[in-house]
Amino acid sequence: MRLRIERKKEDPTKLSIFLMSIFSVLASLVILGFIILSLGKNPIDAYIQLTSWPFGTIAGLTQTLVSMMPLLFTSLGVLIAFKMKLWNIGAEGQFYMGAFAATWGALFLFNKISNPWIMLPLLAIFAAAFGGAWGAASGWMKAKLGVNEILSTLMLNYIAIYWVNYLVYGPWKGKGSYNFPITATFPKSAILPQYTSDGLNLGIFLAIATSFFVYYLLRWTKFGFHMDIVGDNPTAAKYSGINVGKMTIAVLALSGAISGLGGMMQMSGVLFRLQPNFSPGYGYTAIIVAWLARLNPFVAIVVAFLFGGLLVGTQQIQLFLQIPFSLVSVFEGLVLFSLISGEALLRYKVKIGGVKV
Amino acid sequence: MSQDILTSTFAGAIRSGTPLLFATLGEILAERSGILNLGVEGMMLIGAFTGFAVSYTTSNLWLAVIAAMGAAAILASLHAFVSITLKVNQVVSGLALVFLGSGLSGFWGQKFVGIQSVSFSNVKIPLLGDIPFVGTILFDRDPLVYVGYLLVPLIWWYLYKTKYGMNLRAVGEAPAAADARGINVSLTRYIYTIIGGALSGLGGAYLSLAYTSMWVENMTAGRGWIAVVLVIFAIWDPVLAMVGAYIFGGISVLQFGLQVAQTPIPPNIMKMFPYLFTVAVMLFTSSEKMKKRFGAPTALGIPYSREEKT
Repeated sequence: MRLRIERKKEDPTKLSIFLMSIFSVLASLVILGFIILSLGKNPIDAYIQLTSWPFGTIAGLTQTLVSMMPLLFTSLGVLIAFKMKLWNIGAEGQFYMGAFAATWGALFLFNKISNPWIMLPLLAIFAAAFGGAWGAASGWMKAKLGVNEILSTLMLNYIAIYWVNYLVYGPWKGKGSYNFPITATFPKSAILPQYTSDGLNLGIFLAIATSFFVYYLLRWTKFGFHMDIVGDNPTAAKYSGINVGKMTIAVLALSGAISGLGGMMQMSGVLFRLQPNFSPGYGYTAIIVAWLARLNPFVAIVVAFLFGGLLVGTQQIQLFLQIPFSLVSVFEGLVLFSLISGEALLRYKVKIGGVKV
Repeated sequence: MSQDILTSTFAGAIRSGTPLLFATLGEILAERSGILNLGVEGMMLIGAFTGFAVSYTTSNLWLAVIAAMGAAAILASLHAFVSITLKVNQVVSGLALVFLGSGLSGFWGQKFVGIQSVSFSNVKIPLLGDIPFVGTILFDRDPLVYVGYLLVPLIWWYLYKTKYGMNLRAVGEAPAAADARGINVSLTRYIYTIIGGALSGLGGAYLSLAYTSMWVENMTAGRGWIAVVLVIFAIWDPVLAMVGAYIFGGISVLQFGLQVAQTPIPPNIMKMFPYLFTVAVMLFTSSEKMKKRFGAPTALGIPYSREEKT
């Protein structure tokens, strides 16, 4: 048997890409079902639990929105970078740096400020600056020295995580934390307005507003237009007078700033203090969200909502069915694989032994 | 530092460099064939988990090693299929492999967390092992370290002195020309991507079968990514890969040496060293000019198809 693959003449339509994405997710769920089965658990039970709590109850829905917030920020961050074909895998580290900056500001630098209207914007700017610097560092290395941004952003993740660990285990360990590695609680002025007792806060609206901002930026500004050109063909962009190096640094800085902002929102909106491993891998899940959303900031809202629910649901089935949380990563890997394979099949004709399929 | 600390630091460098060495050698083979596989971290994790699970259930260490290599090879063949046959973006596929490898190992591995299993113990090589200082560092190690010593010259010889090695390099440098000479480009890439995966799995197995005798979720802690960087540092050469892996190994065990010497650097800061060093290495080795001069495979990361020759 011979398997041959030929490129189709026409590009796939938006509808076929949409249907393929849905199909990819369903196919991944089926495979995931077998993997759940391999632990001797009932996948149907698992899926019912996985969806009923986060999407079917008020308390669960609140939790879904709460975990959607950091996810949306980080996926908007990586989405911007991906748009210019910059593989920023560093949203996790940038998120950590944002949280670090917010904590630094709230507890040590601006702790005399009692007006939240001054404090909160100040923290947001500070966090965006640190997240942005983390992204810009990789951008600079890429632009000036050709350092692969996948590897540099990834290494910076580990550095950021150990940096936060160092602080919370060491100089920032809060008084009255019973020797647990957590900082003191944020002052009132550094806490975002809360709408429910279980964490729904202003951050979710700011995240959605950021989607609009990102859409506007990509669609209607000269900067976004230049990003498109560089993303399509950096050489052509260079000849048309665009400074590709500067764009690389700027885009990764912006990308990191948005993730950093997410880190601040998580601190000021949900956790109120810094602790180790405060992210269940939002920055990595963000990659899948951005990819599934086809780099569209509005679609990202929907996908982030679904993945927020996935994170909450997985915590739920971890608790009740003893299914490990790593299920999320398995699902993410499967979705990514089936998405790229599905896309290849849309673009190519498969011939088996001369017969078209 | 006293002689003892020095010996244990050097010995530690070899031990913690060995998993990096295996993974780097594997990635060198894959990249030499033109396939960029960023999934090393995932393949190492699957290797570490499978190795541990098999050694725990069978108490047979060598069977565990083979199973680890096989499991990682299966993951690698997934990458091979989508990037060679379906010609998808190798970066995305590699990332997917990381998610899948870390996810599956964490998922199936949860029930193995916190258990001890058998592990490789040191085997002193007669005569060589008796050389003072050097003997203790190099020749009183576990068997997998010796496998590493042997693989390096073997792969070097294979790459540069055999017909198959020449074909492999040709496929990564000029696939169209290799194709014209009758070399099966796709098959070659499949083979080395899968062998590369098996070696990454071996690297992972080293962690759970020799470095420690435990399975811990995400125990590779970025070593797979460091191996990807080491490939660049080693300019795709197995001998330099060995040098690089042991230097990196040394940097990751430096923290223990420094702790013994009671330096005031906090442990979490010391844990950053390997990653900081990796960034430093990238700064010095990554420029396109350097890569061109030192021979990154020209066709690296570019799918090959006969119909669309460019």
